[in-house]
Amino acid sequence: MKIQEYQAKQLFLQSGIPVPTGQTCTTKEDISPLLAKMKMPVAVKAQILAGGRGKGGGVVLAKTTAAAQEAAENILGMQLVTKQTGAEGTEVKTILFEQGVDIAKELYLSMLVDREHAGIVIIASRDGGMNIETVAEETPERIITVHVNPLLGLQGYQIRELIFGLGIEPAVVKSFGGIVRKLFSLFMQYDCSLVEINPLVITSDEEIIALDAKVDIDSNSLFRHPDILAMHDSSEEDELEAAAASHGLNYIRLDGTIGSMVNGAGLAMATMDLIKQAGVEPANFLDVGGGASAEMVEKGFRIILSDSNVRGIFINIFGGILRCDILAEGVVTAAKKVGLSLPVIVRMEGTNVEEGRRILADSGLTLTNATDLSHAAELLAAI
Amino acid sequence: MSIFVNKSTKVLVQGITGKEGTFHAGQCSDYGTNIVGGITPGKGGQNVNGIPVFNNVTEACRETDADATMIVVPPPFAAEAILEAVDAELDLIVCITEGIPVMDMLRVKNGMAGKHSRLIGPNCPGIITPGECKIGIMPGPIHMPGGPVGVVSRSGTLTYEVVHQLTQQGLGQTTCLGIGGDPVNGTNFIDCLTAFQDDPETKAVVMVGEIGGSAEEEAAAWISANMNKPVVGFIAGLTAPPGRRMGHAGAIVSGGKGTAEAKLTAMRENGIHVCESLGKLGQLCKEAFTECI
Repeated sequence: MKIQEYQAKQLFLQSGIPVPTGQTCTTKEDISPLLAKMKMPVAVKAQILAGGRGKGGGVVLAKTTAAAQEAAENILGMQLVTKQTGAEGTEVKTILFEQGVDIAKELYLSMLVDREHAGIVIIASRDGGMNIETVAEETPERIITVHVNPLLGLQGYQIRELIFGLGIEPAVVKSFGGIVRKLFSLFMQYDCSLVEINPLVITSDEEIIALDAKVDIDSNSLFRHPDILAMHDSSEEDELEAAAASHGLNYIRLDGTIGSMVNGAGLAMATMDLIKQAGVEPANFLDVGGGASAEMVEKGFRIILSDSNVRGIFINIFGGILRCDILAEGVVTAAKKVGLSLPVIVRMEGTNVEEGRRILADSGLTLTNATDLSHAAELLAAI
Repeated sequence: MSIFVNKSTKVLVQGITGKEGTFHAGQCSDYGTNIVGGITPGKGGQNVNGIPVFNNVTEACRETDADATMIVVPPPFAAEAILEAVDAELDLIVCITEGIPVMDMLRVKNGMAGKHSRLIGPNCPGIITPGECKIGIMPGPIHMPGGPVGVVSRSGTLTYEVVHQLTQQGLGQTTCLGIGGDPVNGTNFIDCLTAFQDDPETKAVVMVGEIGGSAEEEAAAWISANMNKPVVGFIAGLTAPPGRRMGHAGAIVSGGKGTAEAKLTAMRENGIHVCESLGKLGQLCKEAFTECI
């Protein structure tokens, strides 16, 4: 789960990691009184979850109160388009005002789960403010990587590796080391999958401040982080995806026209691939769960049918423990309930498949039975 | 022959008194698996359909001489359940639970280093040696005993699809297992391939991967260097959009890494028979495996 920059900075503050003095603002009326309390220059920053805000015009550094006022009025409420938002953009509902700082040096610092080494990896670079992927590609020697064992924790020599590698000056060595330690503790405490500070700045009076903050938290861990769960805001998610999630369905919306409903994530991905190979485009990824029930099938139907791009539906269920006859009844009941009018191809396999097929055939619905996946592909191509 | 489990494997079920635990313990038992006990703290002394329940794994091991366990406990307690089984020195730990926090698995994985136990999963369908032993939630009847094909996969229902097609073609299986869809897991592809290579009854292998991470690429290189049995490979997720988590926590393409194309290329370059279309997998296996079976 992603959280907003200002929320990430609240976590930083709680952990003792310095951030610029700032204020959030959600209404145009509040802009002027909030700015009156701040010294110029001020950074005006759109709070959306997607990256690339600066290039999209969502971050402005204002030297005067008048300029800050104008920038804030423009940004608050705008549809901010970045490389990650899609063409429609995302509505900016909150902006963050931050006191400008006198930057002497910009660094990059991040921590993330490293699946290959089963540990945590710390990545740092003296090229703060730049896209780290670009730095990694063009000047890999300027990137420092440290692997931390989650049982042993961050060691002093590993922090020194970062300090010497980044050429941190003696005057700020102690505070830099403290920030790395605190950030690592925060990472572990909150089950983060990623924390990124870009840039981490050293000011002309030798303070270290996290100018930006990105924190992603492992969704599986939210049961033990009620404070993070309370930050969840589905308004930036796709409407259908948010609705599906609230029903316990794994749904991702895509651009195509063939909706699919599958039990199990791996088979759901393979089914999308099959649709594409048949010459049509998948409209979604939908996993109703390995042991799909009739209720889940009905919910799945409703979600797929809410997407107006959908021209046909492919149901691919491998009924293992759950018997095909029960599933077929679920499909029929759900299809009748939602008043299905689109062509539906059903491919069903597993326990009691014959009985399941008979139920579908006798239902009076326009369901097409696919005998196997190859047959399904032919039928899909004909839609 | 088979890998990791056979008819003499004695199995415990951690979380046996829960709804899922009771159901799947019954299903495994009906298949013929020797379920010797279950564990639910505080319910020791009870029994579930005749299977004795113990308070902890060590006690269960002492009383039953078990050598494997199936973990079907909720995510907040699953990592601890694995560690308890490791401490009891069980040979094989099969963790079905989906949704364990990654940080818990990082600790478990590092804590297991140098220990005796083998972990399969988490977030997996389990392992089955058809006709002998089923430790997991897969449907038993789709399998065909006697080999000669070994199946290893990162997925659940996709594995059933693959096994079903093999059975339809008259290709039996030695052992089929899912290694799980999480980013951090126990047994990996190479561990399974090593075991299949060493198992004389296994004449050929089907490997089913998906987007995310680099396990398939590493396995492909290993196959080329170490295996003389034919391997058919399939990768799910060609059409998955980058940056999105496709159901499985581990199935995500990030920073251009972990794509299906890269995995398919690695497979082709290392002499693996790549299956392009899932509907034709069984048929392809029949053709690719003719010489060795």
